[in-house]
Amino acid sequence: MSGRLVLALALGATVLAPLVAPTYHVLLMLPFMAYAVALLGLNLLFGYTGLVSFGHALFLGVGAYTGAFLTSVFKVRSMEVILVAAAALGALVAAPVGALCVRYVKIYFGMLTLAFGMVFYTFVLKFYRLTGGDEGMPFLRPTLLGRSIDGLPKTDYLAGPYYYYSLAVLVLATLVMWRIVHSPFGLCLKTIRDNPTKAETLGIGVARYRWCAFVISAVYAAVGGALLGPPTGNVDPTLAYWTQSGNIVFMTLLGGFASFFGPVLGAFVFIYLQDWVMSVVPFWRLIFGAILAAIVIAAPGGLAGLWVRRPSVEASSS
Amino acid sequence: MILRAEGLRKLYGEFCALDGVSLAISAGEFVSIIGPNGAGKSTLVNVLTGVLRPTAGAVTFRDRDVSGIGPARLARLGIARSFQLVQVFPDLTVLETLQAAVVSRLGHGARLFASLAADRAVREGALEVAELFGLGRKRHVPARHLPQGDKKLLDVASAFALRPQIILLDEPTSGVSTADKTAIMETLVSASKRIGVQAIIQVEHDMDIVFGYSDRIIALHEGRVLADGPPAAIEADRRVVDTVIGRRARAR
Repeated sequence: MSGRLVLALALGATVLAPLVAPTYHVLLMLPFMAYAVALLGLNLLFGYTGLVSFGHALFLGVGAYTGAFLTSVFKVRSMEVILVAAAALGALVAAPVGALCVRYVKIYFGMLTLAFGMVFYTFVLKFYRLTGGDEGMPFLRPTLLGRSIDGLPKTDYLAGPYYYYSLAVLVLATLVMWRIVHSPFGLCLKTIRDNPTKAETLGIGVARYRWCAFVISAVYAAVGGALLGPPTGNVDPTLAYWTQSGNIVFMTLLGGFASFFGPVLGAFVFIYLQDWVMSVVPFWRLIFGAILAAIVIAAPGGLAGLWVRRPSVEASSS
Repeated sequence: MILRAEGLRKLYGEFCALDGVSLAISAGEFVSIIGPNGAGKSTLVNVLTGVLRPTAGAVTFRDRDVSGIGPARLARLGIARSFQLVQVFPDLTVLETLQAAVVSRLGHGARLFASLAADRAVREGALEVAELFGLGRKRHVPARHLPQGDKKLLDVASAFALRPQIILLDEPTSGVSTADKTAIMETLVSASKRIGVQAIIQVEHDMDIVFGYSDRIIALHEGRVLADGPPAAIEADRRVVDTVIGRRARAR
């Protein structure tokens, strides 16, 4: 089955889901779509630039807290303003953090991103007056495209207008990312992933490109974080904890970082598998740990890698 | 002179890898750097290509001090290099590798939302170099699937795709079968004429290649220039024969 057909079927099923699927499963699609946006960005850094961040929950947190502050403190309810502000703040925070982190690679890069993530987590946890500490902050229901939908029951709002709004953001984010990875800029990132020494001798400024990829990935994570807020209606520090960073790396590995849509698939499988495993056994992390080990050993290309070739080979044959 | 090195000295701790090396390269020259292992050839190439900053001395390119500015900036100024140990992008195809070099040369790397496939200048520039190096039919093959000789060619071709003024080739025929060596040299000499490369500097151990293609040879020994002159003068220099070339070449 061709990739385009699978994609069309998946998109069609996602569009139709609120009409045919049980509400519970439709609501599970909301965190999937939010994480999918974040993972498209994370994979620009991971799959296309070769840098594994263990601190991207920081930017999920920046996005989610931006929405919480805007709706509950500044009384700004427009979701469009929230998304733009989240993207801008994500970039603002990522600019200096990235400038420091991209000077290092491999485990040092990973540890440094983890450290910055923990700094942010501690900040939102301890500055109680500002952030509400471990209780978090309310993320009030935002307006969508300028329309207030306060009259609708919460479930109807989330499974209806907000669902399609999230889907539209995901589709837009996917189109933009597709363009980025197939641009001259995207090609330069791939050279850096494959061989930074060689890239440097071709005149490609490795540190500068890594920094750009870092900032773009942070913008995506912040937008994903902002999308995560309305379904729960509350934002707390666990969203910025290091286990969240681990989860999104897990999702990327699960789906396959070598494929453009791999991380999106990973987010989908992770969300539904986690929900199912948690309903069956209380020790879901044990099961997920075993799954992660199995993927790394038996299928390093992830689920997408079982039937999709590497992006570069795909591009060459098209 | 387009490239000049003055009194280059490079220390690794207490070890002196380069000890007052001076050289000058003019437009139109094919210069070979020879020397036994440990003579400082690789260090000299790394200093000339901006990878290493000299402990003392300076490298000037068209009267501009380029000492230690880094290979990326140097490549953008017009000095390219290939490596002794072949360097490719394993998952990129031949065409993508050459496109990356052309993207860099044309300054299109900042184009975030442009389509690479629709960038005709980049594609045509890459295809031209692929044809020059006989890699056109393999343009869709990922580098990791190429035979060793083609990987070497691709490494060199990507440097040529930058259309540099000077190219430094670190053992361009190492790891290649004897039969392929001459073919590679002929290819890169003809490509340099087509592309307009003004000077070629190579580090090479194969004396047939060195004496067959060079206008000038610089012999290094223990971090110093032992001799610098045309092939006939180098071949007649007893110190060079004894320390660098050896008996085999003397019997030529």
